[in-house]
Amino acid sequence: MSLKIVVLAKQVPDTRNVGKDAMKADGTINRAALPAIFNPEDLNALEQALRLKDAHPGSTVTILTMGPSRAADIIREGLFRGADGGYLLTDRAFAGADTLATSYALATAIKKIKDYDLIIGGRQAIDGDTAQVGPQVAEKLGLTQVTYAEEILKVEEGKITVKRRIDGGVEVVEAPMPIVITVNGSAAACRPRNARLLQKYKRALTPTERVSSGSDYASLYEQKDYLNLVEWSVADVNGDLSQCGLAGSPTKVKTVENIVFQAKESKTITASDAEIEALVVELLANHTIG
Amino acid sequence: MANLYKDTPALKFHLTSHPLMERVVELKERFYADKDTYDYAPQDYQDAIDSYDKTLEIVGEICSDVIAPNAEGVDHEGPKVVNGTVQYASGTVENLRTTTQAGLMGMSMPRRYGGLNFPIVPYIMAADIVSAADAGFENIWGLQDCAETLYEFGNDDQRSRFIPRICKGETMSMDLTEPDAGSDLQSVQLKATYNEADGYWYLNGVKRFITNGDAHIHLVLARSEEGTKDGRGLSMFIYDRNDGGVTVRRIENKLGIKGSPTCELVYKNAKAELCGERKLGLIKYIMALMNGARLGITAQSVGISQAAYNEALSYARDRKQFGRAIVEFPAVYDMLSSMKAKLDASRAILYETARYVDIYKALDDIARERKLTPEERAEAKMYSRLADAFTPLGKGMGSEFANQNAYDCIQIHGGSGFMKDYTCERIYRDARITSIYEGTTQLQVVAAIRYATNKTYLNRIREFEAMECSEDMKGLKETLVSLAVKYEAAIDKVMEGKDNEVIEFFARRLVEMSAYIIMAHLLVRDASLAPELFAQSAGVFTRYTAAEVAKHCEFINNFTADMLADYRK
Repeated sequence: MSLKIVVLAKQVPDTRNVGKDAMKADGTINRAALPAIFNPEDLNALEQALRLKDAHPGSTVTILTMGPSRAADIIREGLFRGADGGYLLTDRAFAGADTLATSYALATAIKKIKDYDLIIGGRQAIDGDTAQVGPQVAEKLGLTQVTYAEEILKVEEGKITVKRRIDGGVEVVEAPMPIVITVNGSAAACRPRNARLLQKYKRALTPTERVSSGSDYASLYEQKDYLNLVEWSVADVNGDLSQCGLAGSPTKVKTVENIVFQAKESKTITASDAEIEALVVELLANHTIG
Repeated sequence: MANLYKDTPALKFHLTSHPLMERVVELKERFYADKDTYDYAPQDYQDAIDSYDKTLEIVGEICSDVIAPNAEGVDHEGPKVVNGTVQYASGTVENLRTTTQAGLMGMSMPRRYGGLNFPIVPYIMAADIVSAADAGFENIWGLQDCAETLYEFGNDDQRSRFIPRICKGETMSMDLTEPDAGSDLQSVQLKATYNEADGYWYLNGVKRFITNGDAHIHLVLARSEEGTKDGRGLSMFIYDRNDGGVTVRRIENKLGIKGSPTCELVYKNAKAELCGERKLGLIKYIMALMNGARLGITAQSVGISQAAYNEALSYARDRKQFGRAIVEFPAVYDMLSSMKAKLDASRAILYETARYVDIYKALDDIARERKLTPEERAEAKMYSRLADAFTPLGKGMGSEFANQNAYDCIQIHGGSGFMKDYTCERIYRDARITSIYEGTTQLQVVAAIRYATNKTYLNRIREFEAMECSEDMKGLKETLVSLAVKYEAAIDKVMEGKDNEVIEFFARRLVEMSAYIIMAHLLVRDASLAPELFAQSAGVFTRYTAAEVAKHCEFINNFTADMLADYRK
């Protein structure tokens, strides 16, 4: 069966190579010193998507990303590796989003995309490290979710079999599609950019980028539709402004502290309401949250 | 993020800054005729150069992220023979998978066969970068060169059956050497017998020292004419591993390039097909193949020189003795600047030669489609001759420089460099083969000497002298002009007795002087355009050239034929 796959991907500052000048004097990120890159675990997710496409001819892989105009780079990076197209969610109203507002925006875009079998993204982004966006998107769309995926083993008759990396081992699960999967960094690395695809797509631009790029090769955009990348605003995805960007973000950062992990043991609880409630009570009591 | 292409700005200079490049690209692209047929074909010259540049960024990224980190493991693990076939080291498997996924196989092949249709310059630049990451992997990856020979001399049917497979990642080998046929390929014995019944040839015998001998597709030199003893009885064949008949008897245990399997092959009735015409195997096809391969080894040498320089510079900056980084000591920066000058000089002649090859090969290919104009024929002839003259200079000197740089790299590391803990020991071992295979340095001298004695090199030097240079480079150019006078006098002195033994005895010295003066001119030209990249090397290399020329002239001018007796054994 051919599959329609949406890859959630984020452009992030490269926090893995933080040098002396990564922070400006006022404590904000010096973006010039930290190049913007494809979030590493999103690349692992893209590789899983591309492998499914290889195994299921006729499948399509579409990149969905939210960010400023330059985040169109993420779509091009996807195209250079074998994706078929992409959407850039970009609007001033999306700015300042926390995970709730981000997952809202992505979910509205996915509703607009409408036809999909699999939504796949990285476990978490290296700038926020929350691992919340994937699961929240699944909840908002009412879809099954599988997290910490390491490898998609097979897709058959509307069911997907996934190997998960869990505490102390691996677990193989089967789930119905459509589904949201988040991929762990231990999954296979993404394939490199391909020279032929790079030459095909190197001039693919969003309408905003085309305004600033001037009129070079203008006729190509008439002849080759795949060079026109799609930009969506809040209005394009019928978004509710109060749920987007800063307005839709209840998260407020009060302080940031350095922490050192000291606990050596982990605790496993089941998914029952009683155990989850007990954990929440415990965390509130010892002021870990709240 | 490290990127071996972007971190080496000299590469982009050689890709973009030479006036001949525009001609190279327009010929290779047939004036951009593919642009409406293939979605990845360039629109114009700038677009093509931009595509090469971006593709080389991919090469640089893969080399920095995958191939270089795998190099040590591959060197230790090496390939194995399992049931008559080669099993690569795990890092080699990953390297091949990655370069194939990136579309870096069959780079110079036409698009209709699935290639990128890149000229030799960007292809050989990729080889330069791959070699800096892991010279041993270059041997496997770089054998895609053989596709050039298959394309040039195979028929349409063979091209369309084999070349798309190479572009999809199947590897190649060139099966030439035998136990009794090394430098002297005329004595190849592998027997090719024609079978009237099925129209195929069958190969029987043994080949030795075959790089990547378990490749998917082999070009094989074999004796098709029974009863003959010389090169005129040899033909070139294509052997497809899928047909079976060749087994790997053993893999050599080598000093360096250990990731590259060097195989002894046994042919037992191996089915093969003739490529090109009978009897032209050695005298035409293999000679063409070897010229391409020699350019590849020059690139490998330059990559090794680059790796040696990078390792040495980084160590010299980190290592402190007597309270200072050792790079600050004259004894050390003398070595480092000489390494850099030799690196820049060999790279300059590599890309100069590659441009010559590009122009004549593209014109030769156009000649298969239509008749060339008289101007085009003259152009092809001139660049073909220059390519033939420059190829052995680049291979000969480039490989010697790679060895010298690898030696100095260890020297700068001191005692640590002698330990297996540092990359420089692998570079040193890998460098050693470059001045031996595809024709030893001594054989490069044999190939080059006629261009020294018939003054082809001198004429080219005179053309370089007439070229514009920047104000800052004028002093160096004057030095080079005066060196050419001494060089010409030395040639005349060697030639005056018309004694062949004397000429052969001095051939190395004459060829070295030719190479030094030519490379110094190239650096002066490059430094005129990009002083920030090459001015230091132009100065260092010109002074080195002056000292070498003086040394050789001193020797030649004071020599009389009777002194040969002291050297004969």
